[in-house]
Amino acid sequence: MLNTASLSLQQAPPISIPFRFFLTAPLFSILAAVQLLLAGEEILVSRWLPVTLGFTHLLTLGFLAMVMCGALLQMLPVMAGAPVPGVVVVGGAVHLLLSLGTLFLVAWFLGSGPLPPALILLVAGFSIFLIATVVAIWRRGVVARGSPAGGMQLALVSLLVTVLLGVVASLGYDGRLVIRELAVVTDIHLGWGLAGWVGLLLSSVAFQLVPMFNVTPEYPQWMKRHLPWLILLALVGWSLLQFGEGAFWEGGRKFSLVPVVVLYLLFAFITLDLQRRRKRKVPDITLLFWVTGLVSLICCAVLWVCSQLLPWLASWRGMGALWGIGLLLGFSLSIVNGMLYKIVPFLSWFHLQNRQMAQMRMSVAIPHMKAFISDRAARVQFVLHLLATVAMAAAVLYSHNLVRPAAFLFLASNLLLGANLWIAVWRFRKTSLLLAQKS
Amino acid sequence: MSTIAGTMTADHRHCDEYFSETEAAISAGEWIKGEHLFKLFREATLNHFAMEEERLFPAFEGHVGHTMGPTQIMRMEHNQMRQLVDEMAVSLKAQDKAGYLGRSETLMMIMQQHNMKEEQMLYPMMDQALGQAGASIASELVPV
Repeated sequence: MLNTASLSLQQAPPISIPFRFFLTAPLFSILAAVQLLLAGEEILVSRWLPVTLGFTHLLTLGFLAMVMCGALLQMLPVMAGAPVPGVVVVGGAVHLLLSLGTLFLVAWFLGSGPLPPALILLVAGFSIFLIATVVAIWRRGVVARGSPAGGMQLALVSLLVTVLLGVVASLGYDGRLVIRELAVVTDIHLGWGLAGWVGLLLSSVAFQLVPMFNVTPEYPQWMKRHLPWLILLALVGWSLLQFGEGAFWEGGRKFSLVPVVVLYLLFAFITLDLQRRRKRKVPDITLLFWVTGLVSLICCAVLWVCSQLLPWLASWRGMGALWGIGLLLGFSLSIVNGMLYKIVPFLSWFHLQNRQMAQMRMSVAIPHMKAFISDRAARVQFVLHLLATVAMAAAVLYSHNLVRPAAFLFLASNLLLGANLWIAVWRFRKTSLLLAQKS
Repeated sequence: MSTIAGTMTADHRHCDEYFSETEAAISAGEWIKGEHLFKLFREATLNHFAMEEERLFPAFEGHVGHTMGPTQIMRMEHNQMRQLVDEMAVSLKAQDKAGYLGRSETLMMIMQQHNMKEEQMLYPMMDQALGQAGASIASELVPV
């Protein structure tokens, strides 16, 4: 029967909920940039170093998870017809716990704080988030195969696995838990975080939004239906194969990442092809970020295949750093950054216009989307982001001396991203006050 | 047999095409071509709204017995879009490229999510609720 709730945007949370996540995220990426600047080339030496772990978690927790959680609270009612219960309290608590927890965790990585408060804050934050979103999806009832809620559900499962493994690994490093295969647990934590939580969420959002943003053909039905669970299955298989001992397991391990790589390559190529066939040809900054992200993803996959075929490449020390830069900066950060340029202006306009129409205050002009964030400002930030990413990769490939210039570019990029978002919200406030005055 | 979903979804794609072509022309500074295409886009879009508001929604509301609910929200969004299309016409007349593109970007967002809700939920619901009567209305609709 008729599900009117899911047709309505009225179920969306108050704008202050998603905005607080989106405005906090660049603060963390700025911190990450500062840390990169201070640490310099040390960051490329090993992924196990405190500075490297601090840098990556400022980005994954402080930036990526921050934006993705805020966006999910906003999107679940609109895209999946699943309003989040008590969204104001949930959003407020998750934002606070995630922010503080990330700071405490990074302090622990850098050796200037204890682990337990970080874990308590982060686990509390993610638990509230997961419970609220799972209840939302569960209350909505049956999830149709191929609906965005399906992929989102699996992304949430991956988030749970990532958090649990992160807790286990950190307890291991802190000496509170004896784990024989600590490096393996950490790898699996990383795999589920990037290929599970980030990859599944971005791909299920892409299924819905890529055709919308650029007026492209739809994704093939089989892909929308099957890609999310195939990725999850591939991740499960990969994870299980990491533990066994003996020749059989060794052999399996060598190929265990193949399905994950193939599935993401398919996703990347099909998305690029759809975008190439878009009807909407006007220049679009978000599209530039998407293409950058997908090309980085393809580069990482090609690099992985090469490293499997060429033993000298596999044993090259820069490999891990290059993958990290490609997947984190090149793929995840690019796409999330690009999406912010659509989400923030649209939500601003949408909330203001709804109020204007409800009050019948047509005398107050509502700025259009590009008046919140200008194309020029977004484009400059895109160029800085792209240069920072390329410079980081060049630092690994050519000279570690390039890390500091790369860090400067990354800092500039994130300062500008922060400024663009904060200015957009300031403009929102200005019109919002005008509307309040008139009524 | 015509279905509401089939006819109206095809008309969405049709409007999308005019929309994208108009935007591309204006982005390239081709104002005369842009004005011509915009006229086609506006006609097609307003006609689409009219088909829904004058034929489909009343038939569906008659069937479910009230005018609240999804059709009310769709009408509200039509008004939001009409307002944006009017603003785009003003920008076009003033040859204000940035103004036009900012508004067309905004319209695109609201229009695409509106279409998605209609195509994935409302039209199939109407086809199911109205049955044969729906099919005959669909066959009488004239997209422009």
